Amino acid sequence: MRVALFITCVNDTLFPGTGQAVVTLLRRLGVDVDFPPAQTCCGQMHVNTGYPKEGGRLARQFMDVFAGYEAVVIPSGSCAAMVREQYPRLIGAAIGNAPDTSCDPKVYELSEFLVDVLGVVDVGAYFPHWVTYHPTCHSLRGLRLGDRPRKLLENVRGLELVPLPGAEECCGFGGTFAVKNKDVSAAMCADKVGNVLSTGAEVLCAADNSCLMHIGGTLRRQKSGIRVMHLAEILATTEGGR
Amino acid sequence: MSKTFVGMPAFPKNAAKAVQDSQLRFNLRKATRTIRNKRALVVGELADWPGLRQAGKAIKDHTLRNLDRYLIQLEEAVTAAGGHVHWAKDAAEANRIVADLVKATGETEVVKVKSMATQEIGLNEALEAEGITAYETDLAELIVQLGDDWPSHILVPAIHRNRAEIREIFLDKMPDAPPGLTDEPRALAEAARLHLRERFLRAKVAISGANFMIAETGTLVVLESEGNGRMCLTLPRTLISVVGIEKLLPTWRDLEVFLQLLPRSSTGERMNPYTSTWAGATEGQDFHLVLLDNGRTGVLADEVGRQALRCIRCSACLNVCPVYERTGGHAYGSVYPGPIGAILTPQLRGMSTELDRSLPFASSLCGACYEVCPVAIDIPTVLVELRAKARHPRAERLGMAAAGWVFTRSVRLARAQRFGGRMRRLVPKRLPGPMSAWTDTRDIPDIPRESFRAWWDRTEGGTR
Repeated sequence: MRVALFITCVNDTLFPGTGQAVVTLLRRLGVDVDFPPAQTCCGQMHVNTGYPKEGGRLARQFMDVFAGYEAVVIPSGSCAAMVREQYPRLIGAAIGNAPDTSCDPKVYELSEFLVDVLGVVDVGAYFPHWVTYHPTCHSLRGLRLGDRPRKLLENVRGLELVPLPGAEECCGFGGTFAVKNKDVSAAMCADKVGNVLSTGAEVLCAADNSCLMHIGGTLRRQKSGIRVMHLAEILATTEGGR
Repeated sequence: MSKTFVGMPAFPKNAAKAVQDSQLRFNLRKATRTIRNKRALVVGELADWPGLRQAGKAIKDHTLRNLDRYLIQLEEAVTAAGGHVHWAKDAAEANRIVADLVKATGETEVVKVKSMATQEIGLNEALEAEGITAYETDLAELIVQLGDDWPSHILVPAIHRNRAEIREIFLDKMPDAPPGLTDEPRALAEAARLHLRERFLRAKVAISGANFMIAETGTLVVLESEGNGRMCLTLPRTLISVVGIEKLLPTWRDLEVFLQLLPRSSTGERMNPYTSTWAGATEGQDFHLVLLDNGRTGVLADEVGRQALRCIRCSACLNVCPVYERTGGHAYGSVYPGPIGAILTPQLRGMSTELDRSLPFASSLCGACYEVCPVAIDIPTVLVELRAKARHPRAERLGMAAAGWVFTRSVRLARAQRFGGRMRRLVPKRLPGPMSAWTDTRDIPDIPRESFRAWWDRTEGGTR
């Protein structure tokens, strides 16, 4: 199987460690990972801010870059949701696992690929810490990831998964919403941060670095000492380091 | 309600003020969470809820596609049952018709059943200008009216008030309020009951809206919880109902679906307490139906936006919305607040003001509204569609164009990343200009020395 990694512009530019963790993890599970270098951005920011022309151009570019692959893995719930849920309407793209289409490529968020395609929930990871998980809106209500991330985390050795109160509530990131409606965004994040702190966890985990950038940026401003980590980074960690 | 929304600033400005009001946030949080949990409980009881939801959506879509036919059928049925049907293309025309009808009775007072359509057109203010006083009889609307306030929620218009505030308003503005009035809910309700009873018995004219209109039988349907609606609909000699044209259902049997969807979604009740239905003029009443367009046919013409017309005004989307929970309804500058307001108001009013243009952006696109909507209105999709139609600020247009240019070629992105990597130590903790909106409350992430693609190039995908 030829599997292409769509790293996303945010991970590529700001969180390369997440991308490296995805590569490490998939290789460990015997997957041959390819990184098509012509990739850039899925167009979500443009489309969701009201620039469908620019976003549509990026969407068509994505379809060109990944045309030859059976499967595309995306370590971001919202970018995966963008491609699978919005491309068909935006540019009439045929995404293999979107409703009513059946041709390549199929687009998977990382935990979907691990659990549904590879059929693993124990990826051989070791992470002896208290972790709480924020499911993120587009993973939860867009992709309907359900309990896939939880199953993966529960099978990490040493990891103590602490439930997050109000987990299903939005953290207030929302892309350009975080800037255009900064006061509401900050108020939403304050409540999210309060819930995270109430768990006593050392690490806040999510499958989307954009939400983590927002919550983590607030945690850091408050000098809370809680780390944020992408799901892939926890799953890639093994007993002898990576 | 003597105020209007005209000239209100954009949503972010209103919201900034609202989130600072800790009493408001406390009231809202408590109230929305209570209704939200109640709804979840009673919706969860029904194994066929997804099926009901699909049926509700299908019936509404079918009706909207054949609205012309069903409206004529309704007019014929209402007329045959002794009612009079009036057509109003906009707010001014509807207000004119109602004012003339009231004047023809010689009365100067009317009692009102809670109605969104009459608030949308500013009927109370229009009647006041003609020397006619309209009395709201729904408890929450009464609180809002006595407090010279705006409604802030579709279902519970006084959601922003707690009972201590309500006691103050009653003592201050209700002449017959007992002097020793406490803030016990029972005492407050009793005071309002006595105050309103006298109004019901005196009123000769009532004005209502309707939750549903049945084309087949000419029946109008009003759902309410307090019995005040039943009083208004039955006691006065003249009844005038102002109803949006999208409130139609083809047949009586369609109510089977909506009388399950609406109470469970709105008040979190299994069955609605007071459901009144009537066709035409009953028992010597004069009955007038004013069919209101006021922008609805324009919405119907929009292939994506038209789904907003399926709305049955249940408020489930308000009660789950994380934005609404923190700002309340006033920030939306419309009688339709929350997620549904953010897609309905700009479509009904257009996007000519700064406020109306800002409404489609008053959402983080978290999707909670779509999930609870009993008629499956895909609010996030409509929001995104409306954002594309809004005029964007110049600085944002330039920024988006620049980002688009960078993202169109991967070499440009790589070059930008290399530049960022070199400048990483020079990035200030607080960013200037519009980007300060990020760093006001959040740190920016450390810029990495090397992007993922640079690492992949250098190490041949981590193999070297």
